[in-house]
Amino acid sequence: MLSTFPLLPATAPVTARVRRAEPVMGTVVSFDVPAAAVADGSLDCAVRWLHWVDRVFSPYRPDSDVSLLAAAEVTVDGCAPEVAEVISACTAVRLCSGGYFTAAPGGVFDPSGYVKGWAVERAAAILSAAGSSNHLVNGGGDVQCAGGRPRSTLAPAPSPDSPASAGPSSPAPGEEPWRVGIADPLHRGRLALVVEAADSAVATSGIAERGAHIVDPHLGRPAAGLASLTVVGPSLSLADAYATAAFAMGPARARDWTESLPGYEAYAIAEDGDTWQTTGFAPHIAPA
Amino acid sequence: MRRVLVAVVVTVAGLVALLSFKTDMNGSERTVGSPPSVPPLLPGEHALTGRAVPTVYGPVRVRVVERSGSIVGVNILRHPAETTMDIQIGQFAFPRLVGETLTAQSARIDSVSGATYTSHGYISSLQSALDHGA
Repeated sequence: MLSTFPLLPATAPVTARVRRAEPVMGTVVSFDVPAAAVADGSLDCAVRWLHWVDRVFSPYRPDSDVSLLAAAEVTVDGCAPEVAEVISACTAVRLCSGGYFTAAPGGVFDPSGYVKGWAVERAAAILSAAGSSNHLVNGGGDVQCAGGRPRSTLAPAPSPDSPASAGPSSPAPGEEPWRVGIADPLHRGRLALVVEAADSAVATSGIAERGAHIVDPHLGRPAAGLASLTVVGPSLSLADAYATAAFAMGPARARDWTESLPGYEAYAIAEDGDTWQTTGFAPHIAPA
Repeated sequence: MRRVLVAVVVTVAGLVALLSFKTDMNGSERTVGSPPSVPPLLPGEHALTGRAVPTVYGPVRVRVVERSGSIVGVNILRHPAETTMDIQIGQFAFPRLVGETLTAQSARIDSVSGATYTSHGYISSLQSALDHGA
């Protein structure tokens, strides 16, 4: 469907990049990888991994391990070993979040709140294991970066006043952080801020066009007070689960809890437009 | 130009989620909303019209307005408009996507976090518009 687009001609040096967008897991996962990840098959491997996760973990597929487990037609031992891994990880987040994260929303086993971030992080790890030192994987708005963006692949500044013909860009070595925009939940089409990320993950939970969809497990009704909450940290599995848990907590509890998370920082936008951030978040904000 | 446009498309794709709403999919007849009024092109602008992409909610078709290698506008030519959810998508999701397409291009960002509920049909038609114009 959406195929692979080389951003530079095949004659470009080894810094050539490839982007690919793959519809999977009820969303689209996009990749920004070195061209070598295509040549060595690791990009295809990462994509196959995501489709495998979809088959095993989708609650919408009646024959998935998760569906069979929820229906008590199999035991955990009869599932792929990754199911036990995910259950264990969900339990850990549930405990550390005071029950605000659960793998059984509504009482039915459904670890979807953990699986997407986990699967995307693992896809990025597949690319790393094959030798890529800089790539970005975005699964429906949750981002895992490895390394930074190679400087030599910077797109020309898209200014209508200066068409992209300013001569060869200087291929300075090195990288700079990936720039990840945080969507403004209160103003459609705008970004609330831009986060710089290198070797780290960015996950955002929030209200979307459909309205509130994260339920406070303790109250059994949609969480109120926050419009979105972003978590930045090394692992997308945890960043995503933390963002979901903190969103469910509501503003007051979320602020204290995210402040207590070692290695993870948070930025929140309340329904009334107020914002707050944990004390260590500021260095992640891209300079204007 | 293609490089910049492709980057925009994939940036948008990165925040696209399939329309996975649990609505009835029993093949009921889907009508299509009357084409929204499309603003005329200004001097120096070119329009790239994507193909109509079928979705379970009905066809989606977009038009990209380009000037000097930059996307300066995206018009939704066609989208499902029968159910309340369709209308919600048309009124909220598509304008959001259009804005994000433009924002992604102008802000020099690599990716967007926190924007789900966008449309597979949108991105597919946008892609085809850009492929066509490349």
